[in-house]
This record gives sequence, C-alpha cells and structure tokens, in this order.
Amino acid sequence: MNNRLYGNLIFELSKEGRKGYSLPRNNYGDYEIPQELCRQEDAQLLECDELTVVRHYTNLSNNNFGVDTGFYPLGSCTMKYNPKINEEMAALPQFQNLHPSQPQETVVGAQALVDMLENYLKELTGMAAFTFKPYAGAHGELTGLMIIKSYHRDPRQNGLDRTKVIVPDSAHGTNPASAAMCGFEIIEVKSGADGLVDIEDLKRIVSLEGPNIAAMMMTNPNTLGLFETQIPVITKLIHDCGGLMYYDGANLNPMLGVCRPADMGFDVMHINLHKTFSTPHGGGGPGSGPVGVRDGLQLYLHHDVSPYHGNFAVMMRALAYILSLGRDHIKEVGPLAVLNANYIKESLKDVYELPIDTICCHEFVFDGLKDKSTGVTTMDVAKRLLDYGYHAPTIYFPLLFHESLMIEPTENESKETLDGFIAVMRKIAEEAKTNPDEVKSAPHTTPIGRVDDVLAAKHPVVTYRQLKAEL
Amino acid sequence: MDYKYFPHTQDDLKTMLKTVGVNSIDDLYAQIPESIRFRGDYKIPLEMSEMEVRDVFAKLGSQNKQLTCFAGYGVYDHYTPSVIPQLLQRSEFLTSYTPYQAEISQGTLHYIFEYQSMMAELTGMDVSNASMYDGTTACAEAMMMAVAAGKKQNKVLVTEAITNDKFHVLREYAQQHGIELEWIPEKDGVTDLSVLKSQLAAGDVAGVIVQQPNVFGIIEDFTGFAEACHEKKALFIIDSIAADLAVLKTPGEWGADIAVGDGQSLGIPMQWGGPYVGYMCCTEKLIRKMPGRIVGMTKDNRDQRAFVLTLQAREQHIRRQKATSNICSNQSLMALFVTIYCSLMGKQGLKEAAQLSYAGAHYLCDELLKTGKFHLVYDKPFFNEFYVKYDGDAMMLYYKLLDNGILGGCPIGPDNNILFAVTEKRTKEEIDNLVKIAAL
Repeated sequence: MNNRLYGNLIFELSKEGRKGYSLPRNNYGDYEIPQELCRQEDAQLLECDELTVVRHYTNLSNNNFGVDTGFYPLGSCTMKYNPKINEEMAALPQFQNLHPSQPQETVVGAQALVDMLENYLKELTGMAAFTFKPYAGAHGELTGLMIIKSYHRDPRQNGLDRTKVIVPDSAHGTNPASAAMCGFEIIEVKSGADGLVDIEDLKRIVSLEGPNIAAMMMTNPNTLGLFETQIPVITKLIHDCGGLMYYDGANLNPMLGVCRPADMGFDVMHINLHKTFSTPHGGGGPGSGPVGVRDGLQLYLHHDVSPYHGNFAVMMRALAYILSLGRDHIKEVGPLAVLNANYIKESLKDVYELPIDTICCHEFVFDGLKDKSTGVTTMDVAKRLLDYGYHAPTIYFPLLFHESLMIEPTENESKETLDGFIAVMRKIAEEAKTNPDEVKSAPHTTPIGRVDDVLAAKHPVVTYRQLKAEL
Repeated sequence: MDYKYFPHTQDDLKTMLKTVGVNSIDDLYAQIPESIRFRGDYKIPLEMSEMEVRDVFAKLGSQNKQLTCFAGYGVYDHYTPSVIPQLLQRSEFLTSYTPYQAEISQGTLHYIFEYQSMMAELTGMDVSNASMYDGTTACAEAMMMAVAAGKKQNKVLVTEAITNDKFHVLREYAQQHGIELEWIPEKDGVTDLSVLKSQLAAGDVAGVIVQQPNVFGIIEDFTGFAEACHEKKALFIIDSIAADLAVLKTPGEWGADIAVGDGQSLGIPMQWGGPYVGYMCCTEKLIRKMPGRIVGMTKDNRDQRAFVLTLQAREQHIRRQKATSNICSNQSLMALFVTIYCSLMGKQGLKEAAQLSYAGAHYLCDELLKTGKFHLVYDKPFFNEFYVKYDGDAMMLYYKLLDNGILGGCPIGPDNNILFAVTEKRTKEEIDNLVKIAAL
C-alpha cells in the first residue's frame, strides 16, 4: 500500500483528442443511425490514451488492501486465499465465449463442469440437489425462502401459506432482509447468556405461532463463532410444528470435514462459493450462492431468480479449488480454520473482553478492550490496525454487544502471521493506556485519514457531474 | 501440513494446540454432538496437482463447441480490450472485499464513484448505485422500488415486448413480494400507449416497465409515456442495453424515473451467463429508496478529498428487515470491468462500436432480405438486433448454421421467427458466410 493518496479520478485525466481503443474499419457502407433516435447530448465520458488508463487503475489499486496484500481477518466474510490456478481456469476461452442460449450439445463441457460441482457440493453438505441460479449469498437466501414457500403451498403438505420466519437476534442482516423481500414476517428469537439460541424463547415462539411458522433461518456455527449444540432439539421443535430449517452457509467453512448441514437437520441451504470455496471477493462481488435442498424437496428447487446458469465463471473457480484440495485436504479446512481462531482468541483474551469464554469455531467476537477506562473504542482499535498493515476485523456486528470486534483468520494463515497480528493487537491495547490519543486519531500511515461519513450522507455527491457542480 | 495452502508445520500445530489448551484438533469440536458428526469420506477425487487440474478443465473445454455468435436476446458477443482482464487481476482489487474501511479501500471507492458517474452519463439520469447482480434482477429491484416509493399502489405494468427471461424473473419476484404484475399489450411490435393509458386510469399502478430496444430489437418511441405515468403518480422504468445508450436517446431524455439494465454489452465476455453486472440509475429524488451500495464524496481529517460508502441506512446490515433490499455481495469487480471499458473506449469509442454494430446488423438484414427467403416481421427501426421470418423451417436453418459453426440467432416466438444480433466483433466475411449458407 502507498501511504500517499493517489487521488485522481479518470475524468480528471481526460483530454480532448486522445483515444484508448482500436476498432476495425466500418466496411458495411452507409448505415447511419437516424438522428431522431439519438441522444441530444453526448455522454460526458472520457478521452484517454491506453497507458493513462492502465496507470490510473494500477495506481488506484495501490490504494487498496486485499488478501494478497496482508492479513484480512474480516469476521463472517471468510477472506481466505484465492488460489491463482482458479483464475487461470476461469479465463479459459473455451468457456468464456459461450452464449447462454447455445444448444445443449454445444456446451457439453460446461454442463459437465456444473454437474461435477453439484455432486461435490452434495457430498460436502449432504443435500440432494442444488440450483446454481443465485448470484450471491443473499440471493441464495431469497431463493431458499421461495423454495420453502412453494413447499408449504403444495397441496400435498396442506397447501396453506405459512407467513412467519424465525431468525436469531445474532443473524446476518441479510436473513431478515431476505425473508421480508420474500413476503414473510420476521420473528426474532433471543440468544441466551451462552450466545446460543435461547431454547425457552424458541419454545415460547413455537407454541404461540406453530402453524404459522414457515421456517427458521440459522447459521451454524452462529455469528459469534459458536456451534449451536442444541441444533438437534431446535430442528425437532421446528419440524414438529411443520416448519423447515434453513441453513445460512456464510459460516460453512469450519464445518468442512466435520459436520454436514443435512446431518444437523437442515432442509434448505445456500453456500457462498466466494467464502468457503475460495473464489475472490472482488471488492464486493461477484459471488455465487448455490442453494441445496434435502431429499424430498427437489420438486420445489426451481425458481426464476436469474435467467441463465448463475455466475458460471465463479463456479469454475470453486470447482478448481475442490479438485485441487481433493478428498483428504478438504477435510482439513474446517479444523485448521478453527485452530487458528482459537489460537488468536486465547492469546488475546487477557487484554480484550471475551464475553463468552469457550472454544469457538472459525471466528469469535470480542466486546472491545478489557480496560474500558481509556475511552478507546472498537472503531479506534480497528483504525489503528490499519496503521500496522492489517485489515480490520468486522466491527459493531453482531449487535449483541456494544463494541463487537469479530475476528476470522481462515485456515491459510501461518503461525507467524497470527503471532504478528496478536503482537500488534496487544501493542494497541498497551497504547490505549499509554497514548490513547494516538489510537483515537488513527490511522496515521494510510493514504487518507478517517473520513467524514456524515458529510457524505447529508449531501450526497455520487457522480462526477455532481462533483463538478460543487466546485 | 502436507498441502500448499496450509502453512502449519507439526511444530506449529503442537505449540498452537498447547496455547489453546487442547490435546488434538478434534478436541476443538468436542461440543458437537457425536450423532451429527461426519466421520466418513467425501466422494471427491484425491488431491490433484496443478497440471492435473489443468487437464480436467482442458478436457471439459474441448467438449464445448466454439461458435461464431449471432445470438443476442440480452447477451451479446462484444469485444474485450486486452487491458481489462489484466487490470482485473490486480490482486489489490481482486482479493479485497466491500470497502468498509475507507482508509485502505480508496482504490475500490474511486472506481465505484467513476462507475456511478459513467452509468449516470450513459443513462442520462442523476445518480447510480453500484451494483446489481445483472439486468434482470436490476429490473426486479426497480419494480420493488417503485412499489416501496408509491403511496399504496401495488400494481406494476410491464410491456409484453420484454425478453422472456426478464419477465420470468419479474414474475417470480412479484409473486413472492405480493406485487400484482400486469401486461401492457404489444401492438405491431411495440408497447401500446393507448392501452397503457387506460390501465393507468384504472388506478393502483406504482410503476411501468418498458424495454429498449425491445424483445424484437425494435427501438421504441416512448413519447408521451413518462407524462402518462407521472399523471397517475406511477414511476416510469426503462430497461436498456448499456452499450446502445452511447448513441440512443437516453432514459433520462425519455423522462424515466429509474433506468436499469445489464452492463454485459460493455465488453464483458458472455461466459455462459455470468458474471455480468446490473446497473440502476434514478432521479436524485429517489436516491434514498435505492437498493445496494452507493459511494459518495467526502473529506478525511487531513482535508483531502475522499470517497466512502454512503446512505448505508438503506442497507440490510443496518436496517435488517426494513432495508430497501437484501443485496449484500454484488458485482463490484464487473463494475470495475465496465468502468475500465468506458475509460478506454471513451466518448468516441463507445459511439463507434455502437455504430459498427448498427451497421453490421443492418447489412446482415439487407443481405438476408435480398435472398428472398427472409422478411422483417415488423417494419420498425432497430439497433443491432432484428426479428425476421424465414420462409422455410427455421429450426432446420438454425441447425444447418450450427453445423457450420455459426450460432444463428435466437429462434423465439411460436413461429420460430429468428432474432439475429450483430456486434462490432463480427466481420463482413462472417456475415457473408452466414448469408451464403442461409441462402442455400
């Protein structure tokens, strides 16, 4: 990373008369687009030569931090290594040039690739079938809920709509948002003092709402990184009242080699290929969110959530990952991720507040610094980490604690990397006592300092045209 | 460990287990009931070397047929400048995630701001988000946005002259969300304004969706549409193919409230359906109703210009079930793709590529008509895709072309009329070859 900001916008490098493209000559003769169909004003785009464009985006990339740059313990996002062979496979021209409407007999290899991936995902989860249409995790949740809705509507169940979905208070924000988008009402179930679903509260909800409950959505391990040990009891409660269990696959990584969602009693699930199966996060996407169902639910699998075969090139990367690891090494993924998380937790819990002191899975949550007297917040710790060359953990989520600091190291990080992070976290805890202002005003070494979020939201300037109007 | 992605040595493992206070890794899972533990072997092949992985993919790849593409129907075989895939592999872009930490994410935040600016320019709208999954889901989000922005209206009208794929996605989302979706009939290949007006007069309409160019490739005339919608407090939504907007009259000029569509036409490879990128732009008034990420300008504490995710109170991680949408991961890297595409092609290049596509399509159309075996189904202006009736068995022709390595358009509709598309990537020789085979 640069510590000086490269702050240009490509618009500011434009100069009339330059070009950055080459196209073949038009030798079709005289075909002019009729003026009355055309836009009155040209789009205010650029005129840049090729090198200017290449340099601009290369310089921009230097303002960024990725997994390849350094440790990226962003909880619940599973920022694991994105193997390079995956990229090479996804770029093969034999797949890149396929039009989605090509007849089956011309896409035999592409279809075989999807079938292979489906088979392996079935193996790893215990589900009976998958759809690859969903483009991301949240899109998978929405699809899964559609599946659940059509299951309940089937006259062979009893054809009655069930209108409510139970979501733990520790759930990812996408869970309630997806349920709402799918037309469900949300009932929140509380977490107990142990960080797990409060079974008494769940029993109360089930006895009150039983026949209305369409499903319960859960991620296991939950967002505190804790395995929901009561999962057999929970699934029985929900199944007994006629509801289905939905597995949010965001936290599937620690379960590889250990426990399959179908065996836990889940009926429908999604997988984030961009988390557990190592496809790159791309600054926010594209991901892929295939949805699986247990045997007996295949009938309800198809929903028109997207037109073609999902984010196919992302699926190619996931297959390359599974083949590379193979049967034995894929079983080591979960255990190694869990070891790394526990190692950090145990090495820091004397200086950071660990509200639930137990063995965790792939991630865990601190409730800020142990010593609250310094006034140094989780935000300050996160920003100070940037100074030391680390990406910050997920902060202020889950909402169960005021100063949540959610750390997920993944299985790819070496002991040296973890030790380096631990040392810096301890150093920051020390600085909070000796030099709190240094921490509160962090970061100091990044291209920019803390930004004014309020200014951005109060008066949104979201395009270059608006930006110019400000000057 | 004995694997390239796992760095721990036996010594490391021993030390770490000791720190954690357990004897074996398996002890870390002691809390999981034995009844649900997985103790078997996955039926997955054994570890493959990189060379073996390459072999698997090469073999699969060879089973796909490489065709000269004249198909469109929403996905087009456009040219990708060499610069783009190489810059996309910059791992500072590729291996980062959503730019929550603005101080170390200005690269992503800058390009998203550029992307928003370019999309707003292309569509002629005030603002843009960044980004939607694809064109079809962007259209569905616009439908839901119209209902959420409306007073109590719960009906959305959609033109019959819309791509089937897109309609199916709209229908799925509408059913699940409890929105009433109603067709606006098509007449002579275009959306019937007079029927639309009476549908609007019946009330309860939150939004109206049209497509440009429409399912037949026809460039529709939307004069009077926006006024009709706004008179009844309905939002006017135009779904367009991004690349065409460099030339065509924009959604903004037609008076649209929301402009959506797919950005695939801006150089993104077809790759059997994805990833692409959906765009959504709207009027300034509607910005707080938008789904998805938005980046805005601000300042840092050193008084430097900086960019940051903004208006996050709309989003699921803050607002949960009251969010404008559930979208979290989007298509950010593909937004970077089209941003670099627009940077390279610039003002002139985008127009030139559009003109080439236009000219190629019109040349192909003329040549097909000259054979006497083809007739335009509707005599209306089109852009780079057109709808013709073939005097013989259209499916036979489709397979004859396929045997010759040509993907001969998309047969659609009950009569198997064919929709041919041409882009700047097709050569005159390829077009002449198609015509020669079709004329036989």
